[in-house]
Amino acid sequence: MTGSIDIRAAGPRLEYVLRLADSPLVLGQRLGEWCGRGPALEEEMALVNFALDLVGQARMLLVYAAELEDADHSEDDLAFLRDSMDFRNLLLAELPNRDFAFTIARQCLFDLYQCGLYEGLQHSSDERLAQIAAKAAKESRYHLQHSAGWLVRLGDGTAESHQRAQAALDDIWRYTGEMFESDEVEQALVAEGIAPDPAALHEGWQSQVDAILREATLARPEDEWMASGGRQGNHTEHLGYMLAEMQFLQRAYPGASW
Amino acid sequence: MADPTTRANVIDDLWRILRTVPDPEIPVISIVDLGIVRDVIAGTNPVVVITPTYSGCPATEMIEQAVREALDTGGFRDARIRTDIHPPWTTDWISEEGRRKLREYGIAPPVEGGGGGRSLFTAAGLSIACPRCGSTETVRVSEFGSTPCKAHYRCQACAEPFDYFKCL
Repeated sequence: MTGSIDIRAAGPRLEYVLRLADSPLVLGQRLGEWCGRGPALEEEMALVNFALDLVGQARMLLVYAAELEDADHSEDDLAFLRDSMDFRNLLLAELPNRDFAFTIARQCLFDLYQCGLYEGLQHSSDERLAQIAAKAAKESRYHLQHSAGWLVRLGDGTAESHQRAQAALDDIWRYTGEMFESDEVEQALVAEGIAPDPAALHEGWQSQVDAILREATLARPEDEWMASGGRQGNHTEHLGYMLAEMQFLQRAYPGASW
Repeated sequence: MADPTTRANVIDDLWRILRTVPDPEIPVISIVDLGIVRDVIAGTNPVVVITPTYSGCPATEMIEQAVREALDTGGFRDARIRTDIHPPWTTDWISEEGRRKLREYGIAPPVEGGGGGRSLFTAAGLSIACPRCGSTETVRVSEFGSTPCKAHYRCQACAEPFDYFKCL
């Protein structure tokens, strides 16, 4: 397999599995950028550990996606040979890391979302997804413990850390609406009992976010205009640059393996 | 075809071979002690069922290769390896023998019964005994350690740092 893979003909289930896979894959790649640049050795290990877990989760999902696609692609082909318009991740996952406060605020909001999502998916009528979710849920809970702990410390820390955490939250907020959007793909799968209802996930997420932000002495931004499109393949300019790095080897040396 | 006694022997032989396969990150403990081998199923082509620990554990593939090699050299070229992720691996599956070996190696074993559920949230409040001196006056230095499965601790009594195999 050497050319680009496009998934425009994907059915709803494959679309959905790619949505589930691509957010952890892209965020895992982003977090890996902290390697060698963490604010402290322990924190660098934490972020890179998250990255490993996320890429591992993405891999389980992409293996399943490749089986559903039934086009003789491997999970690596799906990760390294799709172009940005065929990625289905949340926009929030592809945003650059910026400072530690931004990385942590995004991680905490994402972990909370993933915990609820995996919790719901454990009851999916798709047995394979239920099994992957049961495994991944445990890891996401561990991530959340760490990211929420840090968000509280940054928010309720020094004037500088508080200001940065609040600024990060204000910037990231417009990317959170996308997590709970529902389009035809999801509605069809909710009806079949495969996907949990995004609207139902939203309620639980909001109350948990409020609890963490209260402890962190941070203000929850207003729900105003929300960015979206990642799940339909309409990405920010950041994803292309990230993929250029992530996919470089397979693009330059097609089929290289070791 | 093979009678029931022979079949039982095959299973015993396979388990014996698998007990010789060390964990690549913690070589004092076998993959059987770690609970990575989930089942051994007899048949014309026996099946060894293994499970990953953490989704992102880089040792998962090495473990599968090591199992393959051990089966081949042990005369079971026809045995198959299958990976099952359900129910998800938990540190509760680490054997008593495995826990003892971890402690002797200098790694505090996971708190018993601490795997799964919401216990992860309370792991910080558990008292972890130092694998060297046994004191529970220990402090967590980092939630994440040298491998995905470990956290980093320090003993206040003997002042030694140590790894804690965290609950999952």
